[in-house]
Amino acid sequence: MSNLDRFIETFLNGAVLAKYTPAILQGVWVTIELSILIVIAGTLLGTSLACIRAYRLRPVSFLIVIYADIFRALPPLVLILLAYFGLPNVGVTLSSSTVLFVILGLTLGAFAEEIVWAGITSTDKGQWEAARSTGLGFTQTLIFVVLPQAVRMVIPPLTNRAIAITKMTALGTVIGVPDILNQATTAQSFSGNASPLTLAAVAYVVLFLPFVILSRWLESRFAWKKG
Amino acid sequence: MSKTTTRPAVRKPEAENGGAAPGAGRPTLEVIGLRKSFGTLEVLKNVSLAVEKSEMVFVLGRSGSGKSTMLRCCNRLEEPDAGEILLEGQPITGSGVNLDKVRRRIGMVFQGFNLYPHLDARRNITLALRKVLKQSRDEADTRAAAALTRVGLADKAGNYPSQLSGGQQQRVAIARAIALEPAVMLFDEPTSALDPELVGDVLGVMRELKEDGMTMLVVSHEMAFAREAADRVVFMADGHIVEQGPPEDLFTNPQHESTRAFLSRYSYGP
Repeated sequence: MSNLDRFIETFLNGAVLAKYTPAILQGVWVTIELSILIVIAGTLLGTSLACIRAYRLRPVSFLIVIYADIFRALPPLVLILLAYFGLPNVGVTLSSSTVLFVILGLTLGAFAEEIVWAGITSTDKGQWEAARSTGLGFTQTLIFVVLPQAVRMVIPPLTNRAIAITKMTALGTVIGVPDILNQATTAQSFSGNASPLTLAAVAYVVLFLPFVILSRWLESRFAWKKG
Repeated sequence: MSKTTTRPAVRKPEAENGGAAPGAGRPTLEVIGLRKSFGTLEVLKNVSLAVEKSEMVFVLGRSGSGKSTMLRCCNRLEEPDAGEILLEGQPITGSGVNLDKVRRRIGMVFQGFNLYPHLDARRNITLALRKVLKQSRDEADTRAAAALTRVGLADKAGNYPSQLSGGQQQRVAIARAIALEPAVMLFDEPTSALDPELVGDVLGVMRELKEDGMTMLVVSHEMAFAREAADRVVFMADGHIVEQGPPEDLFTNPQHESTRAFLSRYSYGP
């Protein structure tokens, strides 16, 4: 057997691929569902917290900063394991998918809060003054004037961060979430062949490459020409 | 520019105050004993000024004289340390004043235009009409169109600020302010950020506002315009009003040393 044949046999084995593709496709759906939920929950959470922080109420802002810093500092895998294996001991039993969703949602929320907050603070002070001078209140100014500009400004970094966090759904494998990687590793151990992992890699690229390209496009789309 | 468009009345204090206006007979805007410090720097030292209805008052002075701070105190973008400000006889300083309610009666035009970049010209104007005056979309659109017509930009309603020249942006900003039918308009160096060839358009709009009876307090370095269009010129130096009077008097016969020095720097006067 030539080296090339051995390579194909190991990584692109047709029979193995045919057998396990349906399982991996199931995993694709799990990954997609979880990713969508995490992105929605994380950005909503982060944006809301950034808005609350804009009121500059010291104790509240302090709590938000603590949360954001802890979740940005900790590796999500640590929290995933802690929640999945630790919480049942205090009577809280969550499904593996729920744990993954909550931890990654909170992690994205922490980063999104910092990113949107940066957008809010870098919005020109004149925008606040102009809006307030027309009689708009603080909350109205925040929602209708500042936030739309802030979000537009931070969409590229936010997209990048969302991609980075949703990729981490692969971490769910360690607690048994039936995502792409989990299906692939299971198939790999049953078949004794690495081809399912190749397929998983391809699936991730197919899934995430469009978003990487999208973020590139957004970056140019939302770049304002300053008037 | 068409003058036949539906032009909202410049002000209607009766509706705000209910019947006989308590401010009747008082100046539209009164500043009394205003003081303001930034840290240890005292920027305003007991400034008093009154702007009568339909009067255009120009405030001159070198940068750092406190004129912009005084103007910004008038709608409390800066919070005065002491003193009182009255709008149509009603105090707007102190606690218990609904700032948002007061501010919709005081239009402000900024040096940097400060248009909302994510909204087109029409929606720059309608935002406050919708959210503050709670007008319907149709009402607000109609009023925005009238305001844009007044500043000669009826055809730019759908343009975003980035698609407008500086002069056009500043005129949209003026339209945004006048659409709220303020009792007084504050101009904070409205032409300082403009290319010279665009200044004339903005000043033209200000002149028309004056002809329509708008009350205006203007901080600006447009000396020729002040001399020609202002009813009164106020000269500030070092946190004080050192001199004021009709433009012709102040420009041709300045009494105070700092006024003379300032005017000669601009090589103006006889």
